[in-house]
Amino acid sequence: MREQAPEERVKNFNEVPAGYSDQEAVAEAARCLGCKKPMCVEGCPVQVQIPRFIAAIRAGDFLEAVKVLRETNTLPAVCGRVCPQETQCEIKCILGKKSEPVAIGRLERFAADFERTRKIVYPEIKPNGRKAAIVGSGPAGLTCAGDLAKLGFEVHVFEALHEVGGVLVYGIPEFRLPKAIVKAEVDYLKHLGVRFHLDEVVGRSVTVQELFDEGYEAIFVGTGAGLPNFLGVPGENLLGIYSANEYLTRVNLMKAYKFPQYHTPILKGDRVIVLGGGNVAMDSARTALRLGGKDVRVVYRRSRDEMPARREEVHHAEQEGVRFDFLSAPLEFIGDDKGWVRAARFQRMELGEPDASGRRRPVPIAGSEYSLDVDAVVVAVGNSPHPLIGQTTENLKQGRHGNIEADQTGATSIPGLFAGGDIVTGAATVIEAMGAGKRAAAAMADYVLKRG
Amino acid sequence: MPKVLENVQIAPEVFRLVVEVPRIARKRRAGQFVVVRANEESERIPLTIAGASPEEGTITLIIQRVGASTAEIVSHEAGSELKDVAGPLGHPTELLEKGLAVCVGGGIGVAPILPIAAALRERGVRVISIIGARTRDLLILEDAVRAVSDEVIVTTDDGSIGRKAVVTEPLKELLEREKVDAVYAVGPVVMMKFVAAATRPFAVKTIVSLNPIMVDGTGMCGGCRVTVAGKTKFVCVDGPEFDGHQVDFEGLMKRLATYRDAEAQGKLHIEHEHGVCLIGRKQG
Repeated sequence: MREQAPEERVKNFNEVPAGYSDQEAVAEAARCLGCKKPMCVEGCPVQVQIPRFIAAIRAGDFLEAVKVLRETNTLPAVCGRVCPQETQCEIKCILGKKSEPVAIGRLERFAADFERTRKIVYPEIKPNGRKAAIVGSGPAGLTCAGDLAKLGFEVHVFEALHEVGGVLVYGIPEFRLPKAIVKAEVDYLKHLGVRFHLDEVVGRSVTVQELFDEGYEAIFVGTGAGLPNFLGVPGENLLGIYSANEYLTRVNLMKAYKFPQYHTPILKGDRVIVLGGGNVAMDSARTALRLGGKDVRVVYRRSRDEMPARREEVHHAEQEGVRFDFLSAPLEFIGDDKGWVRAARFQRMELGEPDASGRRRPVPIAGSEYSLDVDAVVVAVGNSPHPLIGQTTENLKQGRHGNIEADQTGATSIPGLFAGGDIVTGAATVIEAMGAGKRAAAAMADYVLKRG
Repeated sequence: MPKVLENVQIAPEVFRLVVEVPRIARKRRAGQFVVVRANEESERIPLTIAGASPEEGTITLIIQRVGASTAEIVSHEAGSELKDVAGPLGHPTELLEKGLAVCVGGGIGVAPILPIAAALRERGVRVISIIGARTRDLLILEDAVRAVSDEVIVTTDDGSIGRKAVVTEPLKELLEREKVDAVYAVGPVVMMKFVAAATRPFAVKTIVSLNPIMVDGTGMCGGCRVTVAGKTKFVCVDGPEFDGHQVDFEGLMKRLATYRDAEAQGKLHIEHEHGVCLIGRKQG
């Protein structure tokens, strides 16, 4: 698929892939064998009816393709961009055994984008007179909200920040997921009757118990893994060291890349080091380049093979000029007398026995210390479940890492209270959060309607 | 969008805004703050809730105009709307149950100290308030503080009203002659640092309210992190108040300076150290 050239795209925040033309989409859709037992569907966390939507594209009926997508997927334009299809549906495609799998993700994106060019027909919904509350407007909450709305519930979403979308607006950069697309997906939900309340910090402005008292019969908590992890090495609080959450929130949510037109500033270093190996680290590094970074480096303590980031994101980052230092971990950050970070000291690693995640554990190599000069550092070593709901809701069973405990339907230790997404599993993906939102919506509807 | 009901200038560069936010007004306790975004392009900034009326559904914010963000907020006349006000955020003040509390407010810090003094007085604690400013014109909320204190000591750098002194002088005298059970101090970082140093030899519990740069204010970015007792804490969710004897004030002062150059680049005019009056003191 056509993409913006790397030299061009590091100067802007526009999307990288250009998307299929109609002919390209139909041609790719024609490759699908329409398997009787589609393995691809099994690989999808929300069981999108892949062969059916692809068949519709092949027949030139793009609106039908969107309709099929929307049967199971509330945010098709989002998934078409950020899902790791290569490890979910596409990896199961039998065409992939001998040649390239069908480009399911690109076709999904094509269909979803097509919908936005047309006047959308919304489903008819009969209200059932019952109220449900959603806490957090990230992918889990939005999906849960959409499914409950389609079942006739009056749905109210409470969001702490000033925009709807959660990680879709603060975490994933504009060049991977344009915010106009998130807005379009949210507008669709508003047309289904979902109501959004911004600047509502549940746990502070209102508690979960108070929401029950206000007449919400079932509540879904999708507050995400919004607590940034730091390394705990000396010097980590020097000026110029950001958590990836802060770095990305300033740029994506507060549009610091448009400073001074937008007033939130961001440090624009020449030499930027990003610590970590996941998608968030890739997003941070590619953002640093776009902010003018000349020497942007990802430093990861394991090797390339163990990196959790999507291959495509790593590939795009390398094309754009991000350098990768593998098998290296920071020991400390060194600052000047004003408290600015000036250098970082590292130690080289080798891979030892596997740890709890199944990946080989990095083991320090004695005497291998070295230093790098640096202007800014972004710490992208993971996020933990956000603690506020857990701290302000009595009798809510939580795990050791602050995650809310829930069964596979999303039910928690409190009747009527459900949870899903990163707040339950720890940091994972958009599509897994959406799957959890779907399952919870079904369970919540069941729970409420059984009460009579 | 939250409506501004009142906007009155109460001192040079200091404004009192009354904002209609019923949910926040009902839930808010002393010591908590809100995060405010004036317009679409504005920063999000934290502001302590100086007072609230749950019946009327309003909160009071006392704001010193020091840069673009505060200027945008205070330029919202009565009848206009702010884009976003989120809260109440942070832990409420840990209040003494009984005994004697000394509340120390410096400059714009008198605004956050007011609700703390009020809450202490309400539960029967004896409250002595020390409020200071550079000069008479910059002393704010004296009457409001008097209304909730058993005794008030006023200081100014130039002696134009009250005693010519810095707040730590009457504080030390009080500590010598009375059994003080707790000291609450809010003001410029350097003032809180000196108050904590003054109370340390007396081993009196000293609670300070910190004012770092914040972005979200809900605990998800770590931008407001500060070192307390050698550990990293997020002021927005672990604070905003901490044990003054454990806070790394030097670190906080440095982090507050992070965007000086950006602020100059954005053609903002800064008069004071990012939002706090220095009461004549240079940064130490």
